[in-house]
Amino acid sequence: MQPANLLLLTVVLAIVAYGFGYARSRTLATPLGGIRHLKSLPFYYGARASLWCAIPALVVLALWAAFQGKVIQTLVLGSLPAELAPGSAGEASLLLSKISNVASGALPAGFVEAPIAEAADRLEALREQSRMLMTALVVSVAVLAGFLGWLKIRPKLNARVQVESILKWLFFSCAALAILTTVGIIFSVAFETFRFFGKVPFTEFFFGSQWSPQTALRADQVAAEGAFGMIPLFTGTLLISAIAMTVAVPVGLMSAIYLSEYAGKRVRGIVKPLLEMLAGIPTVVYGFFAALTVAPFISDLAASIGIEASSQSALAAGAVMGIMIIPFVSSLSDDVINAVPQSLRDGSLALGATQSETMKKVIFPAALPGIMGGILLAVSRAIGETMIVVMAAGLAANLTANPLETVTTVTVQIVTLLTGDQEFDSAKTLAAFALGAMLFIATLLLNVIALKIVRKYREQYD
Amino acid sequence: MTDQHSQAELVRQSLKARYRKERRFRAYGIIAIAIALAALVTLFADIIGKGYTGFQKTTVTLNVDLDGEIMYLDDATDKRQLKMADFVEPLVLALMKEIPDATEADRDAIKDLINPYASVTLREALEANPGWLGTTRTMTFLTHTDVDVYVKHAGDEGYSIKLNDQQKAWVDELESRGIVDTSFNDVFFSGGDSRDPSKAGILGAVVGSLLTMFVTLALSFPIGVAAAIYLEEFAPQNKFTDFIEVNINNLAAVPSIIFGLLGLAVFINLFGMPRSVPVVGGLVLTLMTLPTIIISSRAAIKSVPPSIREAAEGMGASKMQVVLHHVLPLAMPGMLTGSIIGMAQALGETAPLLLIGMVAFIVDVPNGFFDSATVLPVQVFLWAGSPELAFIERASAAIMVLLAFLISMNALAIWLRKRLERRW
Repeated sequence: MQPANLLLLTVVLAIVAYGFGYARSRTLATPLGGIRHLKSLPFYYGARASLWCAIPALVVLALWAAFQGKVIQTLVLGSLPAELAPGSAGEASLLLSKISNVASGALPAGFVEAPIAEAADRLEALREQSRMLMTALVVSVAVLAGFLGWLKIRPKLNARVQVESILKWLFFSCAALAILTTVGIIFSVAFETFRFFGKVPFTEFFFGSQWSPQTALRADQVAAEGAFGMIPLFTGTLLISAIAMTVAVPVGLMSAIYLSEYAGKRVRGIVKPLLEMLAGIPTVVYGFFAALTVAPFISDLAASIGIEASSQSALAAGAVMGIMIIPFVSSLSDDVINAVPQSLRDGSLALGATQSETMKKVIFPAALPGIMGGILLAVSRAIGETMIVVMAAGLAANLTANPLETVTTVTVQIVTLLTGDQEFDSAKTLAAFALGAMLFIATLLLNVIALKIVRKYREQYD
Repeated sequence: MTDQHSQAELVRQSLKARYRKERRFRAYGIIAIAIALAALVTLFADIIGKGYTGFQKTTVTLNVDLDGEIMYLDDATDKRQLKMADFVEPLVLALMKEIPDATEADRDAIKDLINPYASVTLREALEANPGWLGTTRTMTFLTHTDVDVYVKHAGDEGYSIKLNDQQKAWVDELESRGIVDTSFNDVFFSGGDSRDPSKAGILGAVVGSLLTMFVTLALSFPIGVAAAIYLEEFAPQNKFTDFIEVNINNLAAVPSIIFGLLGLAVFINLFGMPRSVPVVGGLVLTLMTLPTIIISSRAAIKSVPPSIREAAEGMGASKMQVVLHHVLPLAMPGMLTGSIIGMAQALGETAPLLLIGMVAFIVDVPNGFFDSATVLPVQVFLWAGSPELAFIERASAAIMVLLAFLISMNALAIWLRKRLERRW
């Protein structure tokens, strides 16, 4: 049975267990003189039985579904004759995809070596076995645990307390999933990053000014050795982010100031949601806009005044990214400006300052730490933004500060290195994870600093 | 006295400049808002301007003579014969009849006006109605993409028309007689991706998006609500709880592409799950949207006044009963609103899905959680990268569909908030 169907079956079994548990508690209660002699309401006996039935079964199902693919792959590869056994992880993944193509019928069995065809049969057989075993195991665990739970129902049993503590633990594990996700991120990038540094020296990655990850595919191929210096990528990322911030900060900040200090309720009610719409537009749409409208416009404009601009200029990607970030800056600054106590405003205005003087000399300095925090958050978003730069910035890793030239960014390189088929062992693939690790660390630091600033500032007036 | 007098005078003199500054400052604010709104308007105008033609298809209506001899077919129920038969010839002949000045030498030029898939349409029609063999039928077919581009964009700059002058004259003439015509592009909504822009549709991507969103919603809503309940109602004040909170806040700001790396390393390489399937996409998007849902659900729980809790506790309810019977129902509208906004975010997300292989060229509409699939934003990305302008038009049209989904989801969230949320 497929995992999805099995999931449904388990849910059905849990409902059945609920019915049995409910019925048994009532039957037990009747000779005692009604359900008021039970320790808990019949509902809780039923719920307890269904939790007993469902939780172990679901755990088994999840573990099985998660690991069966890997186990089957290892078994199939292990069964290959010695001369076909893969030497590296890259070969292994090639072989596996060949075998699974044969198994699924995409590649006729006559076209491959006999052992591969046998392995494909074996793969099918193992999958079938795994499905049957999984079904048998999950159903028997559900029935057995449900039966045990049902058997243990006694009038003295405090089912409510048990159900509630199980639920509490469930809630806790959902909250702890956040930690698990972080751990998962750290492990997945850290592990590959260490392997990357085993192949490419530390110094080359951090201080190299060349980035061309095209390594030779075959050992005898004549190709560039491949250079992994991340400086051009980081300068490219910084250039585009800087352009984005030059657009987003003045526009976002000024609109926040106007909306919070000058605009009437009606204007604010219309403009604010419109600005927030900019934040809700998917980044792929911005990428489309940048690549197909803004970039040609900029290169035409530059050509008409006699400057040469690349058709994938950093300026186009940066400007559109800036538009995307405007609502981010404006809503954060809006919050901070509104948090400045009214007494400061009143005091300044009472002394005869104009509204703009109050804003510039009193409110803005008071709100500055919070605004800086918001800007840092926006920077971290600009650095991690992917689709706009993938579509509108180029692939050439130029070390330049000219916004009209093509630059590439960290995220663009991660996507380019990891889309399509890849061998999992080459320095090229591992480099993507190393870049991911750098990106994660950079955004994490920015966020931590930004949140600290924002929090510290808030305490001043609360 | 004179000193004060002169100071007041100074202030009075500076007033003009100060008021000017005030007006300038105000103008900066208005300009800033105008820039932002202009960007929004330009973006929408650009997408709509580029894409509205994507909702039209160009068709040609022909009187096709289904002559068995031309098609090398004498029994339309025989599957083998149907496979071997020539369905292009009757179309070419029918079109040549409509163009009186065409000679035998123009045959190839005329053939190039008809969509390569038109013969498939004809075969399918004949397969469904074997009795049509030997009759003449009036049927409508897609034109070739080059004709489609010419009919829609003859005057537009930036579109390269691949037809030659003679073909253009024919198309003009056929169009004036109504044989070549544009109509609502149902192909766009009923098909999967294709190498031929005229045949390419978004149904495959929409279904892929729906499947992925289903997985995301089914996992992230219950888990997010449960986590929020734990953190708001049950968590003890200790270092571990703080650690969880720090993690959630940081995850909310981690770039989405990092979640793609996580999905690739953990779900695909560690667990050996298949690539490009909605389940893995849904899992990755779940991890990505969870922080958003947890944060908004916590805000919703916080907004339920303590008096409700106290009243329930006073009636003897246990802590869990207070939460599940009283707090949760009252916080539900806020939680739903937050989740819909989180879902809208996930629906527009592209980057992490690129890394787990949902960028494959997939013609078939997926029909299960473990089928290879792509999603709407990725489809936009794929088409936008095509050098063919006919695909760019489809990409814009697909963006409009995507934006329509997102706007209606956000509208639903706003409506829910207005309708159900209670102010205490």
